[in-house]
Amino acid sequence: MIFMYNKPIFTNNSNTALYILSVIVENKPGVLFRITNLFRSRNFNIESITVGITEKPDLSRMTITTKSDVKTLEQLVKQLRKTIDVIQVNVLDKENAVYRELALIKMNARDPTTRIEIANFASIYRGNIMDISNETITVELIGTPDKIDAFKNLVSSYGIIQVARTGVSALARGAINDEL
Amino acid sequence: MSEISGASALLSALEREKVEYIFGLPGGANLPIYDALVDSKIRHILVRHEQSAAHMADGYARIKRKAGVCFATSGPGATNLVTGIATAYADSAPIVAVTGQVALPMIGKDAFQEIDIIGITNPCTKYAFQPRHASEIPEMVKKSFYIAESGRPGPVLIDIPKDIQQQVTKIDFPEYIKVRGYNPAVDPDLSEINKACEMLLKAEKPVIMAGGGVILSGAFSELQALAELLTIPVVTTFKGKGAFPENHHLALGPIGMHGHAEANRMILEADCIMAIGARFSDRTVGRFDEFGKDINVIHFDIDPAEIGKNKAVNAAVIGDVKSSLRTLIKMIPKTFKSDEEVSKQWLNRKKELVSYYEDTLKDYSREITAKKALKKLREILPADGIVTTEVGQCQMWASLHFDVITPGTFFSSTGLGTMGFGFPASIGAKAARNNVPVVDIAGDGSFNMTENSLAVSVLEDLPVIVFILNNYMLGMVAQWQRTFYNRRYSGVHQKNTPDYCKIAEAYGAQGIRVQSMEELEKAIKTAVNSNIATVIDIPIDPNEDVYPFVAPGTGLKDMVVGA
Repeated sequence: MIFMYNKPIFTNNSNTALYILSVIVENKPGVLFRITNLFRSRNFNIESITVGITEKPDLSRMTITTKSDVKTLEQLVKQLRKTIDVIQVNVLDKENAVYRELALIKMNARDPTTRIEIANFASIYRGNIMDISNETITVELIGTPDKIDAFKNLVSSYGIIQVARTGVSALARGAINDEL
Repeated sequence: MSEISGASALLSALEREKVEYIFGLPGGANLPIYDALVDSKIRHILVRHEQSAAHMADGYARIKRKAGVCFATSGPGATNLVTGIATAYADSAPIVAVTGQVALPMIGKDAFQEIDIIGITNPCTKYAFQPRHASEIPEMVKKSFYIAESGRPGPVLIDIPKDIQQQVTKIDFPEYIKVRGYNPAVDPDLSEINKACEMLLKAEKPVIMAGGGVILSGAFSELQALAELLTIPVVTTFKGKGAFPENHHLALGPIGMHGHAEANRMILEADCIMAIGARFSDRTVGRFDEFGKDINVIHFDIDPAEIGKNKAVNAAVIGDVKSSLRTLIKMIPKTFKSDEEVSKQWLNRKKELVSYYEDTLKDYSREITAKKALKKLREILPADGIVTTEVGQCQMWASLHFDVITPGTFFSSTGLGTMGFGFPASIGAKAARNNVPVVDIAGDGSFNMTENSLAVSVLEDLPVIVFILNNYMLGMVAQWQRTFYNRRYSGVHQKNTPDYCKIAEAYGAQGIRVQSMEELEKAIKTAVNSNIATVIDIPIDPNEDVYPFVAPGTGLKDMVVGA
């Protein structure tokens, strides 16, 4: 989905959906603060936010996921573009983007059969066992947020102790690139 | 290249931006800057409170159409600026605020007078800089002016740690700068202008709604040309008051909560609304969902984020409104002639509404009323005199009863609604244009907040006229308590303290209290013809309300014209 800079959007669609924003920003102090403050002061919602350096050392890419309707999304994109440290904003849709999240999930696993069961599930989900002790097992999982949610549901009966998720990172597929 | 200090670099950089005035107050963390100021050509205006420094810079900027500059020290000096910075932000006024900060190694240690002013002002600045090395200062200053003045203007903050002010090093002054993530100059989309043009040409009952953007862009003659060419009545937002001469036969004055009744009515009956440099604020349009419903709404604005923010529109032209309007005017076919019968009907409707409301809106009967006082002021003040206001009833009366004749000679704190803004801002305006009289239409409540600027007006030879409509009340709050809270007055009585004439005299200004229209006329003439700051204290009845009134949460159609 592409928002033209100068075209208003006409829609009465107030259904909310999850959107992935790929935002190129200056790699310097205070930028993350400006962006999160913008979300707070304008009442936008952030589901997850990840920041990391890009192929150019002076630029960072933020991947922001947000639940909103199209009208709010349009305003959000415009406000982001208006922010001076923001170089570029793209809205990615699921079909035309690769997006992944990493999760670490620590579960109760006091008896050996449980540990084997969890290890089997992890391997079905292409996860890795990162740590194992007499009482716990920690699985690393990479995938879409849905996949991670599904795994969490699957193993919830064993007792999840802790979860750490990175939030989504994403790139457009194929030759659709940022124009920098 | 010789070595200079960060503080000297700051002043040189400001001189290169052709800064004439700095409004400020020194303190521990900006002492090096004030030391460098001794050797600078720039005139420093010492304020009595930093909030007023920001308002003065703002008032200067609005008349000069160039960024105003204010200085404050760290901590409380910086936090005192915040209201002024937020006021400028809400009204898109360009100011560059320079604050001192504790030395870099002390930042984060909760040092004496340390505050994270960049964090505090983030929601109300366009951008903020904090140099980490003195050599960065000239580039940051140049960028600050560029960001503050271009696109949709706004305040920029430069927060300079004390050790960086003192650091002596080789410093370059760049001729050109580029801000990578900032592209304020957007070429308007011709197809959208064309669409707007077609909508206007086929409209039978069009209305132009001119906003503050027309004033910021200086598009006065373009607006007038368009209105006259297509015979379109012009209403304004409150911020846009004075974008169009209010004695023009097409002028209807501001719409909104306390808009002119005929203007509010006219825009309800329009079949096409063209908003120019306006942001459809709640105070202007009443209800977003009702305003301009089912008719063509055209929006010209420089800020893409304003398009569709409060109101979905049918044609959107992004760019400087002055050049967009020029393009639009060129697009109108030379052969185009508006249907005279249709135009005449629409203009007749305007006349009908004006005379209807002239009869309906009753004058409050007293020897002196706000309305009579303001009409008298207009009568005597030269057309190019500058008028600003405080906030509350005095402001709304000014909007209703004081007609702006020369475009761009009126401004007010319209967005943030900052009491205490008008007086210091009028001093800033006087600094920007000292050959015309400057009047602050004030209420007693607002004037109390920044009346110590009298010292500045007197000592710095920037004489202005404070026109106090004194009802001994926080009148607008009292009016709402009368209207919505069953006359349960709470915290609104200011009583007869202080004596404003004595206050004026204490500062070396002149104070005149008037009891009749005759005395008022004399007082205004004295004030306009003298070159000393003058406070005119005009006692009015505390029960005089502002009408018409569109209650909050209701639409323009629900306008109440009297109690």
